[in-house]
Amino acid sequence: MSIWEYANPRRFMALSARVQPWVWGVAIMLSGSGLIWGFFFTPEDFRMGYSVKIIYLHVPSAFLAINAWFMMLVASLIWLIRRHHVSALAARAAAPIGLVMTAVALLTGAIWGKPMWGTYWEWDPRLTSFLILGLFYLGYIALWSAIENQDAAADLTSILCLVGTVFAVLSRYAAQFWNQGLHQGASLSLDAQENISDVFWLPLVVTLAGFVALFLALVLMRTRTELRRRRLHSLAAKARLA
Amino acid sequence: MTALLLRDLRLAIRAGGGFGLGLAFFLILATLVPLAVGPQPTLLGPIAPGILWLGALLACLLSLDRIFALDLEDGSLDLIATAPLPLEGVATIKALTHWLTTGLPLTIIAPALGLLLFLPSSATLWLVIALLIGTPALSWLGTFGAALTVGLKRGSLLLSLLVLPLYIPTLVFGAEVVRRGAEGLPTATPLALLGGITLGCIALLPFATAAALRVNLR
Repeated sequence: MSIWEYANPRRFMALSARVQPWVWGVAIMLSGSGLIWGFFFTPEDFRMGYSVKIIYLHVPSAFLAINAWFMMLVASLIWLIRRHHVSALAARAAAPIGLVMTAVALLTGAIWGKPMWGTYWEWDPRLTSFLILGLFYLGYIALWSAIENQDAAADLTSILCLVGTVFAVLSRYAAQFWNQGLHQGASLSLDAQENISDVFWLPLVVTLAGFVALFLALVLMRTRTELRRRRLHSLAAKARLA
Repeated sequence: MTALLLRDLRLAIRAGGGFGLGLAFFLILATLVPLAVGPQPTLLGPIAPGILWLGALLACLLSLDRIFALDLEDGSLDLIATAPLPLEGVATIKALTHWLTTGLPLTIIAPALGLLLFLPSSATLWLVIALLIGTPALSWLGTFGAALTVGLKRGSLLLSLLVLPLYIPTLVFGAEVVRRGAEGLPTATPLALLGGITLGCIALLPFATAAALRVNLR
């Protein structure tokens, strides 16, 4: 029994059909309870007031915006090395979700930034590199939709994803080099000194787990859609031949 | 390899090759900027490094889509691919040709345009050095983008969407070198990073370019 068995589209469909409702359930439960806990049952910050609560949307979406790209990188590598179609389709399915998460992170940041920093936008390294990440997502999605031959599209986007990863990371450091930041340090890091206090931290972790489950559920759903669309195409092609 | 290089250079320089088009674009951009923002030296001087780098970036972009497209159209790309020269070598030569016909001339005329934009004279040398070190990265990255989109009918718009984000680190460090040079600050760090990006691109990107070409020729 190895995980590669689920690279078979039929097995994957069977497994994902069984798993999907559970993932959705966990996603709705965790992100719902985390958000409610965070919004209504946490104290206001002594400096930021109620506006601190947007952290429960901002941090999880930013976290996913970055990690969706890494998931695409892993899926692209699996496609390039082992040529499993499910993997290529999962990478394709994750890209728009990552783009939306990037947009949500930027938007909630802007909404929070206006009362706190006095500006919606600042050319801060973190903000800039997020905008650049959004551009990378756009290019990736555009390349997928531009190429008709699906296997060629999967290959080319995988190569782009590999090269793009290197340059997205480079851009991150270039932006840091280029301008000093306004953004606060990490909200969640293993280095406990930097962490925010426990009152805010616990609901945040719950929301974060909920968002990860939501991401998984969305990727599963979109991958299943892509697989079904491919089946439809091949069925239609067969019907035309007959 | 030399034969391919000479052939591509000849094709680029002779009529219809688009050589000089990038240069003309660079010149026009340097003319349009003062018209748009005003002719005061105090205004133009500080932004001149950025404008010149941006101009170089866009001028490079203009000629990218013909790197492989013409060869694919008349079938010579298939011939080149089946030749004993590995595709990685072809990718390197194509990028080198692109640099010789755009990046190098841009570097040479950049000081003159710097004069037009009131670039401080102390920064002119740094501008030339930064462009000389940085523009190869633009050509190599552009060749990679061209290889990704070679099979597409209307690829050039997509090409700019793919390639411009990849240009960001080069742009940041390149403009930083000139800005620091203009202010008399030490330039070694951004210069080293710029050189690192260029060398990394030259060393590794031909493999990605060749892989993309193989997919598109399949």
